[in-house]
Amino acid sequence: MQIMTTSPYAVEMRGITKRFPGVLANDHIDFEVRRGEIHALLGENGAGKSTLMNILSGLYRPDEGEIAIRGQVVQFHSPRDAIRHGVGMVHQHFMLTPSQSVAENVFLGAREIGLVLNPQRMAAEVQRIAEQYRLPVDPNAKIWQLSVGEQQRVEIIKILYRGAEILILDEPTAVLTPQEAENLFVTLRSMAADNKTIIFISHKLEEVLSIADRITVLRSGRNVATLAAQGVTKTELANLMVGRQVLFQLERPPLRRGEVRLRLDKVCALDDKLLPALREVSLTVHSGEIVGVAGVAGNGQRELAEVICGLRPLTAGTIEIAGERIARPTARRMIDAGVAYVPEDRNATGSAPNLSVAENLILKSYRKAEMGAGPLLDRSVVERIAMSLVKSFNILTPSIRTPVRKLSGGNLQKVILAREISGRPQVLIAASPTRGLDIGATESVRGLLLEERSQGAAILLISEDLDEIFALSDRIVVLYEGCIMGEFEAAEADLTQVGLLMAGGQTPTEMTDVQRGY
Amino acid sequence: MTSQTTTFPQQRRVRLRVEQRLEQPLWLRILTPFILIAAALLIGALLLWLVGANPWVVYNKMASIAFGSAHGWSDTTIKATPLILAGLGVSIAFRMRLWNIGAEGQLFIGAWVATGFALFWLPRDTPQAIMLAAMAAGGFIGGALWAFIPGVLKAKLNINEIITSLMLTYVAIFWNNYWIYGPWSERGFGLTPQFPRNAWLPRFTDYSEDFPFLRGMTAHAGIFLALAVAILLWFVWKHTKWGYEVRVIGDNPRAGRYAGMNLTRKILAVMLLSGGLAGLAGMAEVSGVVHRLQERFSPGYGFTAIIVAWLAKLNPLAIVPVAYLFGGLLVGSDAIQPAGIAKMLQGVVLFVVVGGELLLQYRIKLGRSASS
Amino acid sequence: MELAFLITLLAAGIRSGTAILFATIGEIFAERSGVLNLGIEGMMLMGAVSAYGVAFATGNPWLGLGVAVVVGGLMALLHGVVTISLRADQVVSGLALTFLGSGLSAVLGAPLVEVRTAPRLPVFPIPVLADLPILGPIFFNHNVIVYVGLLTAPLAWWYIHRTRPGMELRAIGEYPAAADVLGINVNRQRYAYVVFGGMMAGLGGAALSLAITPLWIEDMTAGQGWIAVGLVIFASWDPLRAAFGAYLFGAIRRLPLDLQNLPFFLAYPQLGYFMNMLPYLFVILLMLISARSEMRRRIGAPAALGQPYVREERGA
Repeated sequence: MQIMTTSPYAVEMRGITKRFPGVLANDHIDFEVRRGEIHALLGENGAGKSTLMNILSGLYRPDEGEIAIRGQVVQFHSPRDAIRHGVGMVHQHFMLTPSQSVAENVFLGAREIGLVLNPQRMAAEVQRIAEQYRLPVDPNAKIWQLSVGEQQRVEIIKILYRGAEILILDEPTAVLTPQEAENLFVTLRSMAADNKTIIFISHKLEEVLSIADRITVLRSGRNVATLAAQGVTKTELANLMVGRQVLFQLERPPLRRGEVRLRLDKVCALDDKLLPALREVSLTVHSGEIVGVAGVAGNGQRELAEVICGLRPLTAGTIEIAGERIARPTARRMIDAGVAYVPEDRNATGSAPNLSVAENLILKSYRKAEMGAGPLLDRSVVERIAMSLVKSFNILTPSIRTPVRKLSGGNLQKVILAREISGRPQVLIAASPTRGLDIGATESVRGLLLEERSQGAAILLISEDLDEIFALSDRIVVLYEGCIMGEFEAAEADLTQVGLLMAGGQTPTEMTDVQRGY
Repeated sequence: MTSQTTTFPQQRRVRLRVEQRLEQPLWLRILTPFILIAAALLIGALLLWLVGANPWVVYNKMASIAFGSAHGWSDTTIKATPLILAGLGVSIAFRMRLWNIGAEGQLFIGAWVATGFALFWLPRDTPQAIMLAAMAAGGFIGGALWAFIPGVLKAKLNINEIITSLMLTYVAIFWNNYWIYGPWSERGFGLTPQFPRNAWLPRFTDYSEDFPFLRGMTAHAGIFLALAVAILLWFVWKHTKWGYEVRVIGDNPRAGRYAGMNLTRKILAVMLLSGGLAGLAGMAEVSGVVHRLQERFSPGYGFTAIIVAWLAKLNPLAIVPVAYLFGGLLVGSDAIQPAGIAKMLQGVVLFVVVGGELLLQYRIKLGRSASS
Repeated sequence: MELAFLITLLAAGIRSGTAILFATIGEIFAERSGVLNLGIEGMMLMGAVSAYGVAFATGNPWLGLGVAVVVGGLMALLHGVVTISLRADQVVSGLALTFLGSGLSAVLGAPLVEVRTAPRLPVFPIPVLADLPILGPIFFNHNVIVYVGLLTAPLAWWYIHRTRPGMELRAIGEYPAAADVLGINVNRQRYAYVVFGGMMAGLGGAALSLAITPLWIEDMTAGQGWIAVGLVIFASWDPLRAAFGAYLFGAIRRLPLDLQNLPFFLAYPQLGYFMNMLPYLFVILLMLISARSEMRRRIGAPAALGQPYVREERGA
């Protein structure tokens, strides 16, 4: 065994293999990162990027393979081991306890602080790191009081405090506005200049090309390429990610806009914390068109979807479905009015995990007369309908009696789509419909949406993926802090301007007091 | 500088791993309940031995008393009847993840209402059919209302129904005590006067003139009611929209809301039904077995029903044989020293079921791996 | 006259509420770590019977106390194995242990029912302080175990909010994954706190059978273990509020006994039954109160309560 203490590599991973029940997440991956570089780990959902980094950060143990840090072979049994070697990870979903303070979160698990807490010393230390790396944050604030960007800073301070020299960031810009992302990149570049090593997981080609020195592409659990970012095109990267030619622009049949199916007029609503989530939102969706709602997560998208589906009460304004005003919307009334909803949360909201595929497929339609006389439910009818839906939507499942939790993400989404679409809805709301799906499933889902559009459905597409919004929408609206900041025909929309509006960087000239927040 | 990467030494180690099974093989799934019951009996035997009893003798005696003769079966049926009814009631609530632990209290209130009709609220010469119908309806409604309270607290204020239903059980016991030691008391003792004949559920032995072999079998018509309810409930789960809705909400309440179901109304309906069936069990017990209301007329049927329902995996048809098993346990342990055996064994069984089921989902694997 | 009545009631309340205080605080620790333990009732009963039995057999009440604590801890360990390692449903496992504890204690305690001569824990009026007006009889003229109880709540509070392990405890119950990533062994700590909760329940049972109501009868806790679970919710998982609730509950439990000698009650003995209902109705009232204020304050249960912590999950 040779130990090269002057190895130019901060991280070397050899032959890393990791299996989970039913899936090979990492398949003999070799991966190296040079000291002081910003290295992007690129791949679509399910390619194995997070798994690989979870292994590097000590969260998982590999089934096979070895890791060396700065030339020294190591074995991490826990994240603690990793951080002791200077490897720290900032996860996509922040690991912060909302009810505790910033300082408490930073110091959690630090054995050196002794038995009794000393809040002043803890706050001072947090402040010191915050100033050194330009990550301003109030040490005594509780996490639930902070913005997403601030919370991310806490996460970074956490690992810096523990002496991280190698920082792994998992999809760090997923929840940031373009401006916040740019700030983050500035911080990262300065850290890299400070000889810190940065590994950056992403699925966004644009930002990977802008920030990384080198890029490693993972596909289906394997390392398919490692190349310098200089001189690579998006198309090349996308091909590596997917393994075949990918067209960036989807074939979209011409728009045939019909009558107004969904109309929101000055709709207001509160979020779960009883703060205003929607401020006088007005929009319309016509039959045969897709209206895309662009915005960073947390600006009212979820509340918007829920209000239209009757899952959240309105505090002001009106909703009209196919010209008919719905006075006091409840979930039941909206379903009866023809509103279909594909929720962004397929497991938590959109399905009953332990019930069968068939039983999930009839979740919206079971009340219909053809499902059984009166209070009865005719199993044979249910099974017939389920079989035909499974067939026409190409859902892969061992049987229609299989519990739906055993299906893959893509197939579960197909079940949900099949259910919602088969009801011939007047209005279809699709929230982050392709999140967490692989390319194949994503293409199917988008194809289904376009098919529905051709059939005359009115579709409201809510997505954090700007590429998806631009690819599918006929019209684009921007949602920021519960207000519609702008509306564009797809052809006229400019990515930069949409990005600006998403960040609130440009306010429309006419805003009411309510929208301003008074 | 030449980029020399680190060479990694080869390592091979044998490891013992416990990993979760993906799918349970069919043979395991069928054998599971038997394995679990056997394990429970084994642990029970150990405990019996520890307290100085001879497990073999104890088990043998219990089995022969409970199941060894037609009379034994009759006695076991008597105990099984309230277990089936209350067990069905509990299973309805559990299907929707409503932990109705207060079935015993609902049973008590049901018994109280039935007693009211039997002794005080209807004229003495009411025809038996009408009297029994009134008692049954009253018992059902009494139990239903008693469960309605924790139900509405849960539905409107999300108050933990385990605590509230359990607290109400104690309240129900004191309520009954007040009446049987007070206004309804037979000369100050802790029981009411005996019910008139028209308030008695017909027993098998009542027909021993026509069918001599029925002589002495005091099992009563309540068993038919229990079986009917079991079949009805099975039908409801499998073939009705209402049953489907309860199952969806029990699995994922958010999905239920999303599908337009009215959760509040369901919670209330389920608790009413659950309490009603427990109340019916109480009525069956005072009308068919003791023929009066007295202090300790239930050896914890409401609590045992919880174990029965769980062991039967909330399946109405499976509840019947499981109730018989526990009924046999109760009958058998009546004749055994030390007292309290039944309760102890019930606890062992439930615990073994809860833990053992999951234990069987794991398997131990011996394998070689390239690294740690 | 009225003041004397109040003093007696408060003193009795503190004494009477000690058992439930131990159980409640133990459960606060367990639940703060994320594990719901509904087996407290069974653990208290087993604690009570083993304390009484051992004290009787050995003549040493302290030994009885010690055994009770161990027994409670062992039962909780079972609960821990089933719910933490095997990840079974926490509600049902707790229930099963209550049945088990209730039945086993009845069996073990059968020969003890007639025994009244088991040694008790000593009463110890604190010199000087016991003679203070008002405060003296209320706080300083008690059984030793009551003093332990009085100290437990503030100690528990200090541990949870002012120490490092307490900070970790709060994290584990709220976001176990976050604690895990930082090297905290979530499941090991959960085991520790669940076992601690069981030990406290055992202690509460011993307090009952060796001090508060010194005897053994079947099911002598009469639901106090369940009430403890309700008190935890009322206390918003805070030990000081729990102490308040426990002593208040103790006072209410005592009320019928003190009132029954009043002429009004002697005339209507049956009212006794309604007085007996009071503690249980009181718990429901408490939960109602805390439910409403909870909605306004939005301070709720530890977020991860009731969910087993699994580390390796399918990550994309």
